[in-house]
Amino acid sequence: MAAVGSDIKRYPGFLPVTILCLVVLYSPLLVVMVYSFNDSNSITIWGGFSLRWYEDVFYGLEADKFKAAAYASVTIAILAAVASTTIATAAAIAMVRGGAFRGKSVTFGLISLPIMVPEIVTAVATLIFFSTIGFTRGYGTILVAHITFCIPFAYLPIAARLQGIEGTFEEAAQDLYATRWQAFRYVLGPLMLPGIISGFLLAFIISLDDFIITNFVKGAGIETLPTAIFGAVKQGIKPNIMALSTLMLAVSILFVTVSYFVSKMGEKNTR
Amino acid sequence: MNSGQARPAVEVRDVVKRYGSFTALKGATLDIRDNEFFTLLGPSGCGKTTLLRMIAGFEDVSEGTILLFGEEIENLPPNKRPVNTVFQQYALFPHMTVTENVAFGLLRLKKSKAEAAERAKQMLKLVKLEQFAERKPSQLSGGQQQRVALARAMAPGPKVLLLDEPLSALDLKLRQTMRVELKQLQMETGITFVFVTHDQEEALTMSDRISVMSAGEIQQIGTAHEIYEQPNNRFVADFIGETNLIDVTVEGSEEGSSLCRLPGGALLRAAAARAFEPGSKGHVSLRPERIALALPDGSGGPEGVVEHLVYLGTDTQHTIRLDDGTRVTARTQNAHHAFVDLKPGDRARLTFDEGAARLLVD
Amino acid sequence: MAGGFAGGRTVSRTYHKVRSWLLLPSWLVIGIFLVMPVGIMLVYSFLTKEFRGGVIWEFSLAAYDQFIFDRGLFGDEPPTLEWTYITIFARSILQAFLCTVICLLIGFPTAYFIATRPVHTRSVWLFLITVPYWVNLLIRTVSMKFLIRDNGPLNESLLSIGLISEPLSLVNTDIAVQLGLFYSYLPFMVLPIYASVERYDFALSEAAADLYATRWDTLRTVLLPAVKPGIIAGCILVFVPSLGAFLAPDLLGGAKNFMIGSLVEEQFKGNAGNWPFGAAASMILLTMVLLVLLFYARNQARDEEGR
Repeated sequence: MAAVGSDIKRYPGFLPVTILCLVVLYSPLLVVMVYSFNDSNSITIWGGFSLRWYEDVFYGLEADKFKAAAYASVTIAILAAVASTTIATAAAIAMVRGGAFRGKSVTFGLISLPIMVPEIVTAVATLIFFSTIGFTRGYGTILVAHITFCIPFAYLPIAARLQGIEGTFEEAAQDLYATRWQAFRYVLGPLMLPGIISGFLLAFIISLDDFIITNFVKGAGIETLPTAIFGAVKQGIKPNIMALSTLMLAVSILFVTVSYFVSKMGEKNTR
Repeated sequence: MNSGQARPAVEVRDVVKRYGSFTALKGATLDIRDNEFFTLLGPSGCGKTTLLRMIAGFEDVSEGTILLFGEEIENLPPNKRPVNTVFQQYALFPHMTVTENVAFGLLRLKKSKAEAAERAKQMLKLVKLEQFAERKPSQLSGGQQQRVALARAMAPGPKVLLLDEPLSALDLKLRQTMRVELKQLQMETGITFVFVTHDQEEALTMSDRISVMSAGEIQQIGTAHEIYEQPNNRFVADFIGETNLIDVTVEGSEEGSSLCRLPGGALLRAAAARAFEPGSKGHVSLRPERIALALPDGSGGPEGVVEHLVYLGTDTQHTIRLDDGTRVTARTQNAHHAFVDLKPGDRARLTFDEGAARLLVD
Repeated sequence: MAGGFAGGRTVSRTYHKVRSWLLLPSWLVIGIFLVMPVGIMLVYSFLTKEFRGGVIWEFSLAAYDQFIFDRGLFGDEPPTLEWTYITIFARSILQAFLCTVICLLIGFPTAYFIATRPVHTRSVWLFLITVPYWVNLLIRTVSMKFLIRDNGPLNESLLSIGLISEPLSLVNTDIAVQLGLFYSYLPFMVLPIYASVERYDFALSEAAADLYATRWDTLRTVLLPAVKPGIIAGCILVFVPSLGAFLAPDLLGGAKNFMIGSLVEEQFKGNAGNWPFGAAASMILLTMVLLVLLFYARNQARDEEGR
């Protein structure tokens, strides 16, 4: 019975295509990872296993530059994630629990706008904007731009989570004399937490990884990790770049995994 | 103890609720007395839950006022009203323990942690759940969750407790046990209970007074006895218990009773709330258990043929087809041997006490 | 159901009165830092360029005119048709379209395959597909470049197994760019299709089989129409970003494979730039994207009504 049943679903050739898909997706990454451990100056000939390029990233000639870029990237990402998650949480409560109101679909369009507008267009527009109002390009401009485009990314998981929480909880809280803030702080917030954490992690990674917008609005005096890597690549791919890339890769994967488990855990907590 | 002269606990005055073009509540007026167990009874969609939610503060009032011990509350948000609610699905905070749930309201009222903890403990003892104090709601059975919800709502010491069909999610046996417990609780604590249900047996067994509602309107308010024995209209007569509704035309009225003619020409005398114009059309409500069957005597009262009978163990139920075609159900306790042994095909006459038949003209 | 109460599933009104306040930060941030900038960019596209970058606040249609016409170095010669920019836009559209098709051909079977795995395995497959998406796009593009370069691992392995006798010169070609685009946006095709297939009721396939349809008949006539929403969503999610892509064309293509992204970027670099022109090019790109999205939204609305 099972064989016949699954026969209807099976299409020959789909499995190979899937494998091909995964191979294509992973091989460039795996290759970079492997070569980051290459004990040789050349990026093409394998010289044996070595951690020298990782050392080079942390202690070599360009280490200071990378450290400064990493510091900038991480601090901006944390600040942008905190700000955008807070704004997105408030927006999610209004959109999901606010009932119907005029301008609701326009608001939803507005919140999704940063995702829909092509990054290059956002980059150009933001550059022009800062130039017009005379806001000198630097850390501040990067941060502001990041907060803006992180909002929809934080919003989506938070709103999704909130949709699944019944409205009676905050009614019960109010019934028991909680103010709106207390109802959020003690009841709704804790129940939303997995979504908020997911949103935060997502916003963090999006900010950390951003290149185009950052490149346009950063001005000359500051680098983030992506812009530093890009600049280095323009001069030719060197092994330390691959080490740095592998590190960033590991961080990204770590964040995705944590985000995934957080949302799975959260599933169990609400009835 | 006689609260007759004291201010009612809740006064609802001409309250209307509209959702856009749909009117859920068409102008409700009632008083709920202090210390009473008051029930809002009706089928789904009748407006009972809407009214309850408006007293709690979760819905705005479209028109009218609501007073709590004389104070207008219809414009206050729920957290400023000293009433508490037991929700239909309990709405226990899943991420808090039972104790934390029960203490929640007290902490929001700025009581000290120690005081809140102590009171929570008392409440849990009252509902006999002390040993579950540190459990999470998901670890409790439906009946236990219900009792936590009760404890949580009573902990802040409200004068009025609102209960939104709290027993509907429980199975029959548990429901019956809880009915008794709830009633006892209300009598012990003296809190005014406003109870919403669609189950008329529940309403009849637990309530001091009942408000029967249908389609957004209050049909009748009274004690269980009044509602059952003296229904005001067809809906109430039909919704509560079983009854026979017989089409009649009014022949003549006197003080408190009317002579009614059935379509087939038979006459009967029914109790009536007031005098009605001869010729008015209406229904006579006659409950099956109030009908005693007798042999026909040609006296002009309702007579007919026994169609079938059903033996129900405690009772026997006869279905009589009157001469004009109306079907009437009569129910007699088998313990009474003082009834005529009638079989299908036999002719029978309906007899009943004075006041058992009620004339209802809508 | 009429009214606000539907037997237990109420929408609480706790936060109704404060919703405007809750939305204010979003409105402000996105309004000021995205909507307004785009508006200013629109204005800029109608201004005159400043020779060292920046603008002179003087109305001019030069930026848009420049797309199609060549009026000589000083702008005073009779206009001749300028193909350069039209070509760039055409190339971008073509690449984006091609990328969408390739992603569809590879992404659909993949999504279908994953959606038909047993439940516990499914999340593993999904995880595997999503992980690369989470890696920095720059790093992914760089790694693709690394892979396909003349003396890179791909060529090395193909040479060593004798499939080719000379390294394939892949970098700086349209093919490389296409490869980069495909690599960037494939997950965006897989996930929506996966979501659609997961919701598909396979009893329909069984019914079709019962009525003598082959597997491929069923695919064509039953499955594909049912998962159309997912396919369309996937196509939009691939087409739109690849149209405005910058990294793949820049790192993997060369000067001969310019796409819109690189064109725009060039206008804002250093002193050789032409800000109004860059703004105009961005506006044209934005308009194209909005048209596609509008078309999609209109389609969605029509589908909803038909339901």
